[in-house]
Amino acid sequence: MRARIDVDNVSVLFPIYHANSRSLKKTVLAAASGRLGQDQQHRVVVQALREVSFTLGSGDRLGLIGANGAGKTTLLRVLAGIYEPVMGRVGVKGSVSALLDPNLGMNSELTGRENIRLRGLYGGLPGHALRQLEEDVEEFAELGGFLDLPVRIYSSGMVVRLGFALATAIRPQILLMDEWILAGDAMFLEKARSRLENMVRGAEILVLSSHSEEVVLDWCTRAFWLDQGRVIEDGPPEAVLTRYLGRPLKARQRETV
Amino acid sequence: MEAAYPDKRTQLGATAPTRTRPSESHGGLQGPFSTRNGSSHFREEGLSLQMVAAGPQIGYARRRMSIALSQRPVAAPSPELELTADMSFPARLRLAIRDLRDGLALWRLGWILGWLDIRLRYRGSVLGPFWLTLSTAVMVGSLGVLYAKLFGMALQDYLPFMALSMVLWNTLSGLVADASGCFTQAEGVIRTVRLPFFLQPIRTVVRNALTLAHNVIVIVVVFTIFKIWPGISLILLLPAFAVWAIDGLLVCLLLGTVGARFRDVPPIIGSIMQVAFFLSPIIWKPDQVPGGAPFLPLNPFFSFIEVVRAPLLGTPLGWLTWFSVIGYSLVLAGITLLLFPRARGRLAFWV
Repeated sequence: MRARIDVDNVSVLFPIYHANSRSLKKTVLAAASGRLGQDQQHRVVVQALREVSFTLGSGDRLGLIGANGAGKTTLLRVLAGIYEPVMGRVGVKGSVSALLDPNLGMNSELTGRENIRLRGLYGGLPGHALRQLEEDVEEFAELGGFLDLPVRIYSSGMVVRLGFALATAIRPQILLMDEWILAGDAMFLEKARSRLENMVRGAEILVLSSHSEEVVLDWCTRAFWLDQGRVIEDGPPEAVLTRYLGRPLKARQRETV
Repeated sequence: MEAAYPDKRTQLGATAPTRTRPSESHGGLQGPFSTRNGSSHFREEGLSLQMVAAGPQIGYARRRMSIALSQRPVAAPSPELELTADMSFPARLRLAIRDLRDGLALWRLGWILGWLDIRLRYRGSVLGPFWLTLSTAVMVGSLGVLYAKLFGMALQDYLPFMALSMVLWNTLSGLVADASGCFTQAEGVIRTVRLPFFLQPIRTVVRNALTLAHNVIVIVVVFTIFKIWPGISLILLLPAFAVWAIDGLLVCLLLGTVGARFRDVPPIIGSIMQVAFFLSPIIWKPDQVPGGAPFLPLNPFFSFIEVVRAPLLGTPLGWLTWFSVIGYSLVLAGITLLLFPRARGRLAFWV
């Protein structure tokens, strides 16, 4: 089966229930330049995505750029099926892996090994794949005996190693990636980078949210500039980035991916 | 550097006796020079979590293997996702039913999660989940003797009743209390992976069933001491616990949804349950209310406890009690069926 993503006129509204103070509401309203509104029942809602439509097929690599809170992560969550749209249609064909959160829902009380298993079970892996996943992560993360100790006592570097190994162990057809995975110095160890690139190359479709100009230029064939939940620019990464940054791109050698 | 890890682990093992954590006595706690491939497994794990732990690995050979391994990556299973925003009730009901079906298909995962919850709660404690047994035993022992005196009843009449009632009530109130947090507690997972929401009620019910299983020991001991044997009427427990399980799942769906939206629900439920404890015949016997017994089935807590308690104690069980249980179950199912489909799509935003 060929991977495919169809997003048709999708909007996502966040109701905010816990902002109950009216003065807070007014402040937020004033600050957020019209993206906050009220629905019929007078709840405060954030329009996280507004009328987004696009189609991605096998081989497409989409980069999402935009300011914080522009809706990049929300779009990734919609594609992962975590948020369901209130308007429009989302169709995703193919296996999906979403690397949205460095902890990937890890439970810090469980040992590293138990977290690997749990993650595999959440992903619906069959028994033999679970064992393979465990071996793969164990080899890559190189945590030694710590793998059998609770994640709670890990150093932050060890958590990142485990999270990264786990996130990159499962090869999906569609890879949804938030920028965290590219952040941090430890990540840029040669080993981590080549593993990530293998994974990106192995995926049929990549949707990547990033603030990094280089990453988008290197890895993407198409870019969206998201602003206040709308796609305001859609095109080749060079063109969209130039307009987004408001300056010509730095003259640079294109690295090989 | 590498050799420092196992040292640390041995120390940990010493503070928490291995008896409560047998899983680690196999592969996990071995020193650096012990055999490789000791197998370690989760304790709950007759199930599926059997895992072969590679022993501590030092050196070059293993590292070379990692290159070989990464050549055959784990392929993710490929489901298809098709979501059309449709706010009509039938469309949302279809999605909700699919959620329930997919959740049931994952019952094994729900079972494992429930087990892990219990194990984590007591990780590192000497008795582990048997603390539950012990605290119930102390409670039943002390209150049983006191109230038998206060009510002027013979201990062999009162204590079995009280032990059974207490254990059942603890299960019921524990389940209801857990239910309101059943989705909010799983926030991390709900916002990371697409999973059927119904998995969380399954996990909550499994967790509480396991708690009950630990407390059953107290009942068995008390019944043995007072030589009570319910005999053939034990069969009646099957339909009773089936209803408990189904209603437990429904309560989790309903209260979990409401609790995710309104954060005041857990404390409200807490105070309701406290009142219900005193209003229901748990520490007092139904026949102590002169003339009031016919009205007891109006209290759902009484009915649900009585369908389990009566067969075990050999007291007659009126058809009215079962009628009440089924009636309340239908009401619960109806409300859940109206509410959960409407709220399901929003749950990920609420938690």
